[in-house]
Amino acid sequence: MNWELIFGQITWDSFVFAGMIENPSLSEAIASGAGSIAVLGALATVILLTVKGWWVPLWRDWLTSVDHKKVGIMYIAIALVMFARAVIEAALMRAQQLAATEGAGFLSADHFGQLFSTHGTIMIFFVAMPFITGLMNYVMPLQIGARDVSFPLLNAISLMLTMAGAVLIMVSLVVGQFSTGGWSAYPPFTGIEFSPGEGVDYWIWAVSLGSIGSTLTGLNFAVTIYKKRCPGMTLFRMPLFTWTTLCTSILMIFAMAPLTAATVMLALDRYAGFHFFTNGDGGNMMNYANLFWLFGHPEVYILILPAFGVWSEVVATFSSKRIYGYTSLVYATMCIAVLSFAVWLHHFFTMGQSANVNAIFGIATMIIGVPTGVKVYDWLLTMVGGRIRFSTPMLFHINFLLTFILGGMTGVLLANPGVDFQVHNTLFLVAHFHNMIIPGVLFGMFAAVQFWFPKVFGFRLHEGLGRASFWCFAPGFLLAFFPLYWLGMMGATRRTYMWSNPDYVPWLALAMLGAALILAGFALMVMQIVVSVRQRAQLAAPLGDPWDGRALEWSIPSPPPAWNFAVLPEVSSQDPFYEAKKAGTAYRSPAAYEDIEVPRNTATAPLIGLFACAWAFALVWHIWWLAIASFVLIWVVVIVRSFETDTEETVPAATVKAANEAFLAAVRATPGVTRDREMTSDNRGRAIPESLEAGAGALASGAAVEVSR
Amino acid sequence: MSLSERLHPGLNLAGTDPEGHEAAEEVLFGFWIFLMSDLVLFAVLFATYAAMSVQGIADGPLPAEVFDLTAAFVETLLLLLSSFAFGFAILAMKYREDRRGVLVWLLLTGVLGAAFVAMELHDYYVMITQHAAPPQASGFLSAYYLLTGTHALHVSSGLVWMAIMSIQIAVLGFTAPVKLRLMRLALFWHMLDVVWIGIFTFVYLYGVAS
Repeated sequence: MNWELIFGQITWDSFVFAGMIENPSLSEAIASGAGSIAVLGALATVILLTVKGWWVPLWRDWLTSVDHKKVGIMYIAIALVMFARAVIEAALMRAQQLAATEGAGFLSADHFGQLFSTHGTIMIFFVAMPFITGLMNYVMPLQIGARDVSFPLLNAISLMLTMAGAVLIMVSLVVGQFSTGGWSAYPPFTGIEFSPGEGVDYWIWAVSLGSIGSTLTGLNFAVTIYKKRCPGMTLFRMPLFTWTTLCTSILMIFAMAPLTAATVMLALDRYAGFHFFTNGDGGNMMNYANLFWLFGHPEVYILILPAFGVWSEVVATFSSKRIYGYTSLVYATMCIAVLSFAVWLHHFFTMGQSANVNAIFGIATMIIGVPTGVKVYDWLLTMVGGRIRFSTPMLFHINFLLTFILGGMTGVLLANPGVDFQVHNTLFLVAHFHNMIIPGVLFGMFAAVQFWFPKVFGFRLHEGLGRASFWCFAPGFLLAFFPLYWLGMMGATRRTYMWSNPDYVPWLALAMLGAALILAGFALMVMQIVVSVRQRAQLAAPLGDPWDGRALEWSIPSPPPAWNFAVLPEVSSQDPFYEAKKAGTAYRSPAAYEDIEVPRNTATAPLIGLFACAWAFALVWHIWWLAIASFVLIWVVVIVRSFETDTEETVPAATVKAANEAFLAAVRATPGVTRDREMTSDNRGRAIPESLEAGAGALASGAAVEVSR
Repeated sequence: MSLSERLHPGLNLAGTDPEGHEAAEEVLFGFWIFLMSDLVLFAVLFATYAAMSVQGIADGPLPAEVFDLTAAFVETLLLLLSSFAFGFAILAMKYREDRRGVLVWLLLTGVLGAAFVAMELHDYYVMITQHAAPPQASGFLSAYYLLTGTHALHVSSGLVWMAIMSIQIAVLGFTAPVKLRLMRLALFWHMLDVVWIGIFTFVYLYGVAS
């Protein structure tokens, strides 16, 4: 019997537990432990679903759904699960570096290499990307007054491809090893000669799946924003989060293709003996660096722009003030989007191009600081004279402004090729990009969760625990990463698993302390969600507008109905919902209701995701029959779907009317809440606009908003 | 918005099918964006080829030693003629909704496209067997096979798509989704012409001349 025909290159030794049994050590025990957590986690999920009888609802209401809101929630669920893994890996690396001064520490070099590779790959492709994609999915259509994205099924397929990639990375915990080539996987190290195992192949296919998903997402969102805005929603009336979504989508359309090209070329080198990036035979590994960062740099802005959008929404809402410099923020966003394609070379200043080339890219890099600076001033000036509430998202915002500016400064330092030659490949760089991504993107996403959670689930998050987690995250970040600037200046190289310089130890200890605080922050955040779910009755805000919101998403119930808007809204200004509240025209019954067409659920997307995952796994392990079968099956699913004609169902006008009138009646019957009582159980989601609070005396009765009838 | 304001570049149904035209706006715009993203992929492959066809020769053959310009010229004609035939298929759909006419034109398109792919495979065969120029021979050849192979893969998937569309036309008739799909396939097919013109110019003509 030729087992290789059936199982490809998988053998008993491929399983992580085999290493523990045959060659026990602490490093292997940690690897086996991680593998066990993955297996037990999957098992626990299966048991939970079976015991609770949730399989059918999971399939019927979630996996087969093409509703942009559910797709968005699933994206963020992926992001949180993957974040839990990658943040633990980060803490392990900190612990290893602390323990490994003049000694080997407790991880093998190879294990450490896998940790920094999975940490980076997961954090970028399977935490940050799904987080922003999920958020854009949920919020953007609501902000432009649309019922869904332009291509709902394509949206679900993007989700399932991303999920397939995430599953593949989780599988690599149990079966085989992951790459040790870092998240950027530079050849020739990642070529077949120096990395012969399956690790790099895991990286290639997981990243490729995510990258294809993101290309389709970008396309989908750009078309949605161009074509599906409600009447009156001109481009310059769009909320800033939607603007940043548009810019990010455009970046996705242009920037993901070079990554796909680079991974395909690397795969051809490894599988078929091509010579794109090999040492000899005309290979050119610098081309990889160019292709990768042609994607990689815009990627940085793909991540940060939606976070900028979140900050714009948060600062305006929690300052109860129109955003300062709307137009300049739009132009700054566009400038950043365009410039992001002109700076990729600063990721490899030291690779040997001429000084003039370096100078040009260095200058272009510094110029990006200008539009970013414009944004920072706009956010600051929005707060001036506003009525600021220091709730959790706002705390994250202020923390962002302070720390992001410091990170930006070190970025300008690094943009100078002369300085870069001194500190490249050191922890200074590691400190810099974490300084941008954590306070910028990650905290932006956390703020977004606090901000939009009541919209998504109909109840607020527990504010006390939110603040507690903030007060762990913020100092935790400073402690974990600012020492790395010093270490980098002292010459500590990145991705190093043991040291010989005892001077590093105090700084490494501080960083370890920071990592522990970050873990505590994450634990508090999980606790916050659990506690909030338990106390959802007190925290309920079903009327949709707990924060005195400004854009259209706050004008509908929480959680919104499947059709989002009972009648498509008409818009005549920026901040349309806030203006309507002020003018007393919010919550009016529409003159007439119409039938609404919504897409039916379909198994197409989950099946494509399943077969894509099998296909990628088969390629990693050279299981050719499975690779061919699953590839064919993917396209069979697509073709079968194309013959289906009955893909939409109609929600009758009467149903829409009943639901919407019940919501409007509930709003009218509920007294509005002032900003002072925003965090009390009085807040059911009807806000008295801040500008109407001042004059009237007996506002608690909701008199000021009676007008809106 | 009047119909004429909704005109979108390329093929459209204005004048013959107002409802289909309205539905086409979003869908075709989306497909244009997809093509743009696809063209970025080709641009990257072209750039890679541009670098490697000069600096990636190593011990392998030079471009001028392995390319057959006559075959490439015939391939160009085949592909352009197939696009021409597809144009007639779309006109037959737009003005007459004539199933047989469309199917015949599609068949012609498909035969020409298949002939193109067959000739290209034959080119590869000749290069590998007679010139000792497989993709593993040098960086230049790796880039050559990836660029032309990606194009050939696009053409082949276009052929599969065409076969499926023929079945859909026969089974479902000219419903709005079928029409929009055929229009998107047409855009896809014409885009591949544009890419091929680039390949013919920069890979074959330039390669043989230099």
